[in-house]
Amino acid sequence: MAERTYVTEAMLSVIGRPYGEMVSFPISASDIRRWALAVYYPEEPPRLFWDEDYARTSIHGGIVAPDDFNPFAWMTAQPSGVRRRASSAADDLFEGKLGVPGPGLQFMLNGGLEVTYSGVRMRPGDVVRTASSIVGYREREGRLGLMLFTTMEAAWTNQHGDLIKTQRSTLIRY
Amino acid sequence: MGVQLVVSDISPGYVLPVIERTVGFHNWNRYAAVNDEFVDIHMDDTAGKAAGYPGAFGMGNLQYAYLHILLNEWMGTAGRIVSLSCQFRAPTLKGMVVTAHGVVTGVRPAGDEVLVDLEVWTQNEDGRRLAPGSAVVALRPDPPAPTPSA
Repeated sequence: MAERTYVTEAMLSVIGRPYGEMVSFPISASDIRRWALAVYYPEEPPRLFWDEDYARTSIHGGIVAPDDFNPFAWMTAQPSGVRRRASSAADDLFEGKLGVPGPGLQFMLNGGLEVTYSGVRMRPGDVVRTASSIVGYREREGRLGLMLFTTMEAAWTNQHGDLIKTQRSTLIRY
Repeated sequence: MGVQLVVSDISPGYVLPVIERTVGFHNWNRYAAVNDEFVDIHMDDTAGKAAGYPGAFGMGNLQYAYLHILLNEWMGTAGRIVSLSCQFRAPTLKGMVVTAHGVVTGVRPAGDEVLVDLEVWTQNEDGRRLAPGSAVVALRPDPPAPTPSA
């Protein structure tokens, strides 16, 4: 009897192909301030993220964003317009963008992140660009049944072409 | 954060100051608002249960943010995060007291910086590890001691 799997030949065929290119709007100081307020809640975030007079005296010479800041939230400059999530959100966010059907699984979870930072910080006015690729699939039986682990890779660069970070993320679908 | 980090004091086994958050919708809603992450499993107990969990649960990336805060609160202006990895093994549930922890596992010179390897993780009040991981930070060496005048 064939071993059960969610991974199809079509899904394997898109491994390594870039998809989902995004270009952010210019980052604003208020974007950074709100992000810092949210993630540090209920503590006050460091002044580096919201006090320009203080930040100017720091080694960064001005306000910088927290390393984990997401400049692509809500809306991007490219692709333009409001993002709408489809009913089968996982497939549309990943394999669907590569033109192949995904596994059609109902649930998806964030499995983890591996990020390497270059030392270049995101700053007000920066425009950040990224594209992703699926680098592999693996499966495992778990508490909730057969689970599909999808690893994606992305690099973020700024308007100068400077690398900000590279990241690998794991999506769990079941 | 307020004590100046002394790099020469850091060796394997060095324990970072712990940070703590009591989590629930107050944190998750704020994170959802800045990250545009209005996902049912993070907002609704019925959706969380349908996904196989006791109820609504927090975003993994928010735990990832807490690990960043752990490292930055410890380093202050003395260094930067080089890499940070973690797996989201167990969810944060409403009312849970989540703490972020770090222990130094290695120290190595690298040019004009000192690289510090760490085991990092978040855990709940029962000690269950939620997001185990590892990190590397780069610290600036301690300034040289002033030379005594003759």
